[in-house]
Amino acid sequence: MINFSQVKYHYQQQNFEFDLQVEQGSLVAILGPSGAGKSTLLNLLAGFIAPMQGDIAINGNSVLSAAPHQRPISILFQDNNLFTHLTAYQNIGLGLHPGLKLDAQQKQLIQTMSEHVEVDKLLDRLPDQLSGGQQQRVALARCFVQKKPILLLDEPFSALDPVLRVAMLERVSALAKQQNVTVLMVTHHISDALAVASHFVFIDQGNASAVERIEQLTRSHPNQHLAQFMSAEVNK
Amino acid sequence: MNVSLKIKSVQLPGILLSGSIFIFVLMAMSALLLYSPHVDLTQIWADPYYRHITQFSFYQALLSTLLSVVFAIPISHALFRRQFWGKALLLKLFTTTLVLPVLVAVFGLLAIYGNSGLFASLFSYFDSKLPFSIFGLNGILLAHVFFNLPFACRLFLQALSAIPEKQHQLASQLGMKHWYKFRYVEWPYIAGQLPHIAGLIFMLCFTSFATVMALGGGPKSTTIELAIYQAIKFDFDLQTGALLALWQICLCATLAFFIQKISSPTQLKSSYNASINTYHHDSWYSKCWDFFWIIVVTILVIPPLLMVVLSGLNQQLLSVLTAPTFWLALKNSLLIATCAAISAVICAFFILLASRQWRLVGLNHRADKIEMLATVILVTPGLVISTGLFLLLRDIGHLSELAFYIVVAVNALMALPFVLKSLTVPMLQNAQKYERLCTSLGISGFNRFYWIEWKALKRPILQALCLSFVLSIGDLSAIALFGSHTFNTLPLYLFQLLGSYQMQSAAVVALVLLLLSVGVFIIIEQVFKETTTSLDRAEHD
Repeated sequence: MINFSQVKYHYQQQNFEFDLQVEQGSLVAILGPSGAGKSTLLNLLAGFIAPMQGDIAINGNSVLSAAPHQRPISILFQDNNLFTHLTAYQNIGLGLHPGLKLDAQQKQLIQTMSEHVEVDKLLDRLPDQLSGGQQQRVALARCFVQKKPILLLDEPFSALDPVLRVAMLERVSALAKQQNVTVLMVTHHISDALAVASHFVFIDQGNASAVERIEQLTRSHPNQHLAQFMSAEVNK
Repeated sequence: MNVSLKIKSVQLPGILLSGSIFIFVLMAMSALLLYSPHVDLTQIWADPYYRHITQFSFYQALLSTLLSVVFAIPISHALFRRQFWGKALLLKLFTTTLVLPVLVAVFGLLAIYGNSGLFASLFSYFDSKLPFSIFGLNGILLAHVFFNLPFACRLFLQALSAIPEKQHQLASQLGMKHWYKFRYVEWPYIAGQLPHIAGLIFMLCFTSFATVMALGGGPKSTTIELAIYQAIKFDFDLQTGALLALWQICLCATLAFFIQKISSPTQLKSSYNASINTYHHDSWYSKCWDFFWIIVVTILVIPPLLMVVLSGLNQQLLSVLTAPTFWLALKNSLLIATCAAISAVICAFFILLASRQWRLVGLNHRADKIEMLATVILVTPGLVISTGLFLLLRDIGHLSELAFYIVVAVNALMALPFVLKSLTVPMLQNAQKYERLCTSLGISGFNRFYWIEWKALKRPILQALCLSFVLSIGDLSAIALFGSHTFNTLPLYLFQLLGSYQMQSAAVVALVLLLLSVGVFIIIEQVFKETTTSLDRAEHD
């Protein structure tokens, strides 16, 4: 259970306020127009920025004093998920030990997880020798070897074509269910949310106060802004 | 945001280092002030001799800059447009002239234009005398152009290669021929770099020491930098030395300030990426024009270097290479250059760790400031710092024991701005790409250094190491004050040999210095050819 209680943040003349709860095991799509604060929400939870007020708690314990790597969170960025001078294997291994001192069990885990995301034949390659989809699969394997209960996706698949993108999301969704991982994903595409998410949050001009079930994501939603956003996005 | 104002622990060493560098320089300067209690810089202007050397310093720097920059424009333009055999080699040589030990180049120039050089023997064959003398303003200008014209060419080439390919296509589609294309497409790119390049070269020539020391002909052509040295080393007039050093600082600071104002420095790339353009409006006339300039620059750059190699292989070779003096000087040079290069790169690394953290959160002014503190040496030439230290330590201990450390420190300080300049962008880019990833994976401290910075930045780091090694191994301004018969380096040894007209021995030493400077870069290139293909690959089982 993730709890944002009255979290306030200010950046470049914009105020953000988040007050919401995410249940363990859910897959939450974070929706909203550009600049609304979707990534800010993830950055606060990941610990890259600190709130000015309020508290963020995971399973009842505040995480504000913890450094990003000490939080029970793994994260997949839009780009730069891989160190381009290190091989796929080394990139995954860094999720297990920050100095790549790996024991036999961990090496086995890398092997298993890379089979899961079908990059086990590509482990010797440098990121430049991989396609965009393969690169993000390697990064995904690293997220899952970390065995953290929460996974944040900051539009990691937005550069992929629509078919591949949905396939990747389904894979993430399946892996997350299997390991009981809570996923928060920022997305531009309503269709992505409808395809895999169990819940959604709509960020409206820096504010978000409710996590709703995905079934409620319709054009007749009582929130005017959300309804407009839905029509515009669906018409695109 | 108060969150980002906090100083991170990774920034501490850099902040301390750059602070101590600044204090170190301040201490040297305060020693100067102490030795000239009645600082009266008008005294310098009132003295006709000092006024003359001040004017001469400006005059020769201005002429050198003009000659270098003006001719660099058609030359770089020609090099940009034309492909020819040996172009890559020529461009490589261009990069070496700036870091080439000054005395090696001076030796090469003497071997051609000197009183007993190639030209002189050619003239004497026809029973006439050399119509010019290389000593004095002629030689200073020639040497400065030799160093700075290729440097300017390379910078202009970089500016030209920044023109997008589409603009070339557009120009030929619009039928823009040579002059119009130059005027409307290429010139704006050159002009954008002009103030910065000219400013930089002016500064280099204004504070030039070894060139003037070797080629300046007596009091008529002396610069302030050389006058400081002469006052201390020959006249033992410490007060005048200190006063002149302060005068030099004032002038340099003013110049640096104005150059900063008029120019927007851009990143110095280590390589120039040639794109092959197709020109549909070529003509015989423009071909001749371009190749005329390419031949001119080839004649300027190649023969002196060739002469260093050719005249180095003489019958003195064996006797020099077996002399203990030579080996002692070589040992000192290698030790000093290695220590100075390593110190400079380590300092730069920590300072950039500090400054890039600020750049990441948008505190660019703060980052600029900490980098500027460390490059204060640009305003206070190496010789001035040495002078200050000389005065400061004269009372404390035996100079001869400290000499080694002082020379290392001054050389490291002089290399630091170049190292900072070449590492700033790669280190910042590395942080921009990986800062969040590293924090989220908890990669920090030594792991961060080894796996992320070193593995990704090995090449720029080693190149910076080479650059500062070569700069230090050829330096004469730090060793000039502290050197003695027991403490010698190769450049000083070369200077002594030149001074006592032992030209053949000097030729051997010049060749060794040339091989050392060029060799380091070649070794690094070779190392990288192998590592990039094999070592970076996976090594897991």
